[in-house]
Amino acid sequence: MEYFLEILFGGLTRGSIYALIALGYTMVYGIIELINFAHGEIYMIGAFTGLIIAGVLGAAGFPAAAIFVLAILGAVLYSAAYGYTIEKIAYKPLRGAQRLSPLISAIGMSIFLQNYVMLAQTSDFLPFPSLIPEFKVPWIGHIISSSELIIVVVTILVCIGLTLFIKFTRLGKAMRATAQNRKMAMLVGINVNTVISATFVVGSSLAAVGGVLIASHIGQINYYIGFIAGIKAFTAAVLGGIGSVPGAMLGALILGQTEAFATGYVSSDYEDVFAFALLVLILIFRPAGIMGKEPVQKV
Amino acid sequence: MTKMLELKNVNTFYGNIQALYDVSLHIDHSEIITLIGANGAGKSTTLMTICGMLTPRTGDVIYENESIRGQSADKVVASGISQVPEGRLIFPELTIKENLDMGAFLRTDKAGIARDMEYCFDLFPILAERRNQQGGNLSGGEQQMLAIARALMARPRLLLLDEPSMGLAPLVVRQIFEIIKKINKESGTTIFLVEQNANLALKIGHRGYVMENGKIVLTDSCETLLANEDVKRAYLGL
Ligand SMILES: Nc1ncnc2c1ncn2[C@@H]1O[C@H](COP(=O)(O)OP(=O)(O)O)[C@@H](O)[C@H]1O
Ligand SMILES: [Mg+2]
Repeated sequence: MEYFLEILFGGLTRGSIYALIALGYTMVYGIIELINFAHGEIYMIGAFTGLIIAGVLGAAGFPAAAIFVLAILGAVLYSAAYGYTIEKIAYKPLRGAQRLSPLISAIGMSIFLQNYVMLAQTSDFLPFPSLIPEFKVPWIGHIISSSELIIVVVTILVCIGLTLFIKFTRLGKAMRATAQNRKMAMLVGINVNTVISATFVVGSSLAAVGGVLIASHIGQINYYIGFIAGIKAFTAAVLGGIGSVPGAMLGALILGQTEAFATGYVSSDYEDVFAFALLVLILIFRPAGIMGKEPVQKV
Repeated sequence: MTKMLELKNVNTFYGNIQALYDVSLHIDHSEIITLIGANGAGKSTTLMTICGMLTPRTGDVIYENESIRGQSADKVVASGISQVPEGRLIFPELTIKENLDMGAFLRTDKAGIARDMEYCFDLFPILAERRNQQGGNLSGGEQQMLAIARALMARPRLLLLDEPSMGLAPLVVRQIFEIIKKINKESGTTIFLVEQNANLALKIGHRGYVMENGKIVLTDSCETLLANEDVKRAYLGL
């Protein structure tokens, strides 16, 4: 039982990180039908920003909790600026071009950012300090660490906050309207450029939160972490139904649990096998993903 | 009556393909103007050119004595022009109420918005009944009503309607045309009605334009157009 719970919480932690990244994929796809391949790199840049901020503030003698919060805030700001800029440079000029063009641009952006960070920083793994405050978790302390608990709690809060934002704020409503019918959104007076920029900013911010949390949990980063995490999170988004925000949350949860149980009860060698087998199965039986809409046949 | 909107020698292109040729027309305050023409004549293109979704390569769009050529769509909406587009374009996963809220996207006067929503619900009681249902679940006629109500939520001075009768049963069409007349009468909203259903459109309009292959080929009072032999043959099936 205890072993089962341990795996369950491990899966929840994994799923949380996937969710924080998958939300950016799915939101951008929902608005402009683009798979933003550079999104994993935004997550990686968030982690590097967190590392740099933690280093500076640590040397300056800031208390641990302050470093944790400021590292996340700084990473959010920096990654958001990157997300905003990438859209302006790499995607906006290609709006209205053939579908493949922005996709290729996204892959190019991803490779560029990886290499840029590798050259500017290092190609080696860098140790990442444990920023998440450590304490003994009451009652379930023997099965879940404080950092796992905080990752899960932060992710739940972020998901609730995002859902409320999309449902009730003016900008959130504009995002939904733009995702459902861009032409009509323009006709009611929504500035679609602003909505697209905001979508990149929000998605990048969430990825940055994930970047700092997971780097702190695992304890090391390099320029390549965005690629792996990005593919997994993208899988989660497709699993849940790309374009659907609750779908990305659910897809991430399922993927995290699948991997955790495959690792825990079979072998960690099979983690990816199970993850992608699950994806293939879902795509065979529900091509649009769990919560995705079947594409409407337009006459 | 004074001029509200004028298109002056407008030439609009899709890439290299020309869709409007030297289109000139004008709409006076409080009029119902109809534009009739076959499929592909350039009617929707004309509306999109007015709305700022397309910019004419040459020619000008004058609204209340100022050029709005090349202005972005949100500026045009803010200046009092709303469109009920072809195919209604309801936001399918927003509720009816949220669809109406989107119509008022650029407004900030909460009390006025609430009042206008009540007005829309009076105009279309079926929308009031189903206000919390998703737009995508409505029938075609109900969606058309929602699209009109959504446009009214912007409190337009000029309402552009693109083929509101398309795909609807005759009874529903008559109902919708009655409402269009009512909107024009009650609030003095100027109406530019684009239709393939020429018979009905010419019956409620004051003046009309006939468009063929991107050109205005005829204009007159709607009464005269209804009696015109060429119009009868080409558009009224007589
Ligand atoms: N997005 C577009 N790209 C290229 N050509 C278009 C586009 N939309 C319309 N057209 C062309 O412009 C012409 C006028 O179309 P439209 O304004 O939709 O006509 P109508 O509304 O009268 O049916 C048609 O020949 C049509 O094929
Ligand atoms: Mg048309």
